Amino acid sequence: MSIELGTEAPFFELPGVDGYDHSLDEYGDAKLLVLVQSCNHCPYVQAWEDRLMAIARDHAHEGVRVVALNSNDVSSHPEDSFEQMKARAEKRGFPFDYLFDEDQSLAHALGAEHTPEVFLFDEERKLRYHGAIDDSRDETTVTKSYLRDAIDALLAGDEPPLAQTDAVGCTVKWK
Amino acid sequence: MIELFYWEGCPSHPEAKSLIEQILAELGRDDEIVMTEVTSDEEAERLRFPGSPTICVDGRDVDPVGANSRPALTCRIYHLPDGRVSPIPSRDQLEAALR
Repeated sequence: MSIELGTEAPFFELPGVDGYDHSLDEYGDAKLLVLVQSCNHCPYVQAWEDRLMAIARDHAHEGVRVVALNSNDVSSHPEDSFEQMKARAEKRGFPFDYLFDEDQSLAHALGAEHTPEVFLFDEERKLRYHGAIDDSRDETTVTKSYLRDAIDALLAGDEPPLAQTDAVGCTVKWK
Repeated sequence: MIELFYWEGCPSHPEAKSLIEQILAELGRDDEIVMTEVTSDEEAERLRFPGSPTICVDGRDVDPVGANSRPALTCRIYHLPDGRVSPIPSRDQLEAALR
């Protein structure tokens, strides 16, 4: 079960594909922090990947930081190993940090269940939006851009139009 | 014979089944879709199951390119004609296999 709206972001310190460790504190100056439960192998993640990259790029200048994390068990899904994460991030040119949650502690702390699954935290690091990136894995049929709308609303000082949606995708591969 | 092999851990098989049913209806056919759940790595290996969903028509995988991927309990990746990734085959792919 995922954390409730209003809950503070859990602390983490995890290795990133850039070779550095990244902690929650490091993103302290971000106006909004988007944690995305992600991975390499899932077709739903891949289908939404371009849109997530666009969101990260489009909002970077407004102080929005997107951070993807992979917590999957690599023994059952070797495509999600740290080495493969590095390769995918380089190949796709991810404009966001991609962290390896090997012991699955952050996924457990978030109560994440799917990939992709979004947790949007405000400046005080309280959860303000949780769920899907938008309403269709097929970008040609999107009618509602949940994450973009929530970001825009929070940046304008308003409430997200929808604070919770269902994340559709693969399941987190637990150990 | 239309067979749909699936793994419950991946949410895409209902959408795939529904698309097959839609195409069959358009073709004026009422073939049965034989659903087979794959539940273990051993079973995936034995069935040469490259991910969910895997759809075979008369024993032939509708996406022969992806059929040879490593057998595993995972979500299968399909590539649409425009290069996008999809968790289910394209309508064109299914139509071609079902005709």
